[in-house]
Amino acid sequence: MAERYSSFTEGGRLWLWQRITAAFLIVVLAFHFFLLHFVHHADEVTFGMSAGRMQQWSYYSLMILFLVTATFHGVNGVYNALINAGLTGVKRRVVQVVLGGASLLLLVQGVRTANAWAGIDLLPIL
Amino acid sequence: MSQSYDRGLIEDFGRWREFSAGMWAWIFHKFTGWVLIGYLFTHVAVLSTALTSASADPATVAANQDLYTQTIQALESLLVVRILEVGLLAVAVFHILNGTRLLLIDLGIGLESQDRSFYASLVLTGAIVVASVPTFLAGVSL
Repeated sequence: MAERYSSFTEGGRLWLWQRITAAFLIVVLAFHFFLLHFVHHADEVTFGMSAGRMQQWSYYSLMILFLVTATFHGVNGVYNALINAGLTGVKRRVVQVVLGGASLLLLVQGVRTANAWAGIDLLPIL
Repeated sequence: MSQSYDRGLIEDFGRWREFSAGMWAWIFHKFTGWVLIGYLFTHVAVLSTALTSASADPATVAANQDLYTQTIQALESLLVVRILEVGLLAVAVFHILNGTRLLLIDLGIGLESQDRSFYASLVLTGAIVVASVPTFLAGVSL
């Protein structure tokens, strides 16, 4: 009889998405670190250089996808760690709302920042 | 048919003496995960200084006197920040290598050699971090 070690809900999709985003992040995080510490050096960072990179649609779209996947993977990882520690009931619901709100704030601020570099004005507030 | 596995309260860190390699891998993966999500929020907050720079006078930006450039370069001039970046690299590399182990184990690969792959992850993390130290500390003075 197989023993089940996972704390993810059986039959749920969060487990699968956590693994899919992990595979993507392994590649993009390594690329991000390599580009910004080994190709370009940390003490050479300027707004102009960052803007130049972000004005390429390929780099912009990769960074937006990076932001979304990292936010999902990180926040879902935290959520799962708390479930793992025995979080249930009302506390679980509160944590869902707080983490959902924090994710939304991070995504909005991250997109606003990327847009500032890229010179994109989607909406007056973004 | 699956059944739930009663692993006991592993959040009781007093059990560290009886911890196996797999348990240490679990603890380290959780710890590095918490550090990385904390860093992600901090990172976006610091990068948000680009919002101010985007509306600054183009001459200020061209002279690298804008808020974003000044903030990043001031932070990167501090030795403690560079050391923290080496720590961040260690945390990220371990999380990536251990995460790769987990992905492979989920796919049914390497379950019987998971102890050895955990130790290999630690050694490889150490080697990559040590090799990266000169690059991460370049251009900073005491």
